[in-house]
Amino acid sequence: MLRLKNIEVIYDDVILVLKGLSLEVPSGRIVALLGPNGAGKSTTLKAISGLLATEEGEVTDGAIEFDGQRIEKLRAEQIVRLGIFQVMEGRRVFEDLTVDDNITMGGYIRSDRAGLRRDRDLCFDYFPQLKNLRGKLAGYLSGGEQQMLAISRALMARPRCILLDEPSLGLSPKLVQEIFGIIRKINEQEKTTILLVEQNANQALAIAHFAYLMEGGRVVLEGETDKVKANEDVKEFYLGGTGGKRDYKAVKSYRRRKRWLS
Amino acid sequence: MEFFFQLALNGVVVGSIYALVALGFVIIYKSSGVLNFAQGEFLLLGGYVFWALVENHAPWPYAAALTILFSIVLGLALERLILRPMIGEPIISVIMVTLGLSSVLRAIVLGIWGTDTRPYPELFSSQPIMVGPVPISQGYLFSMVISAALLLAFTLFFRYSRVGIAMRATAFSQEVAQSMGISVRSIFAISWSIAAVVSALGGILLGALRGGVDGSLSVLGLKALPVVILGGLDSIAGAIVGGLVIGILENLSGGYLDPLMGGGVKEVAPFVVLVLILMVKPYGLFGKIKIERV
Repeated sequence: MLRLKNIEVIYDDVILVLKGLSLEVPSGRIVALLGPNGAGKSTTLKAISGLLATEEGEVTDGAIEFDGQRIEKLRAEQIVRLGIFQVMEGRRVFEDLTVDDNITMGGYIRSDRAGLRRDRDLCFDYFPQLKNLRGKLAGYLSGGEQQMLAISRALMARPRCILLDEPSLGLSPKLVQEIFGIIRKINEQEKTTILLVEQNANQALAIAHFAYLMEGGRVVLEGETDKVKANEDVKEFYLGGTGGKRDYKAVKSYRRRKRWLS
Repeated sequence: MEFFFQLALNGVVVGSIYALVALGFVIIYKSSGVLNFAQGEFLLLGGYVFWALVENHAPWPYAAALTILFSIVLGLALERLILRPMIGEPIISVIMVTLGLSSVLRAIVLGIWGTDTRPYPELFSSQPIMVGPVPISQGYLFSMVISAALLLAFTLFFRYSRVGIAMRATAFSQEVAQSMGISVRSIFAISWSIAAVVSALGGILLGALRGGVDGSLSVLGLKALPVVILGGLDSIAGAIVGGLVIGILENLSGGYLDPLMGGGVKEVAPFVVLVLILMVKPYGLFGKIKIERV
């Protein structure tokens, strides 16, 4: 349903960040986009959601299609209305608005009152913790609660596709597990397609159906999750080794040993 | 005692108009984080447009309605021509642009209507209404009611309406607001239009109270600056309280201290209080305290 064809993104007219990136997110699946810092994962999400424009970034080549429609030239608010909602990195709740108002803003593009009321209850079903915090300013919430709120905002928009940027950022391992459980649940129950960007490859691969691995602005590896998990290099560099200790001398040869960097 | 009441009442009336103009300031600040230095000129422009319409034999309610319409168009035009290209630029640049805008607008107004005072016709009968022992002119009462109604309406608008909340959300972060599907462009257009409208109404009311408009109206408009700083830049309640405090202080100090100290205290007193209050409450009386997580 979402297809990126050979896109190129340039910031400030000079900095080339994505160099011919292609990927595909089929309807109803969870697709993980993994990779080290600076690989261009967040940029990819922003290219899809149209948020590049506020950072002087631009899709200069290639095409982004959503259900067959070209969207790379649309403005962010138009893309949200088409059904793509990005949950930005670092939670980014409206800190000086209450939890309730934050949730209201998630449903900003909709006007069906009954549906909105139903979805607000749905958010509290997924995150019962938020219910008692409704009148509180979002800035005073803990990191985990803010992430829950950020995902609730996405639910309120009833998008067909959610772009999740590092939902595990700054959360305790227990919370990460909880959040990822709920992401999977949302995917199963609401049939929402999810494109998940993560540093925490273990968690991401645990819930994703398909995974892409990015480095230096392009995709270097892709496949069904099982296949990706079984890849020796992925095990080595992203999943915490193949067991057994390695000495520090081996670190130097890491880059050389990656097969996809020939 | 009657002298005191009279001064206080004057202060309340003028203060409520200050509050109205300050509201325009607050709305723009709340939605975009920009201090609009052209606020005084909105006031001036509204006052003159109203005068020109009345001068051309429009009955004053129609003239007021047309002035409002003009202000809406002005707000939309400013957003399209000046603010849209500035989206995503540093706030300080936008503030500088409003400074330039204020000079341009003032030059246009003075170019068209000159520097002479343009007298307003009598809008209200001069027969005062008695409130207890104090006589109040009808114009005063009318100004106060209009200001109060508008201030109440906008307080509710920001607290409960979706567009109002979206404006606050946009002020927090344009990028995040966009990711919710909020159109930052229309939010800016709406807030500038509202600001232009309330300022124009303030201009008309001040013109009516002073018996006419001239260039000094824009200076009065800039009084909104101490008002909003006193009240807290992003608080409507702050604008109301700040407006009243400054209006009353001005009149009381003018009435009691000016004869003793040889004039001019009226202009200074509000600023002395402003400094004192900011020393205790740096975000203003009702200002939003930045939430910092550590």
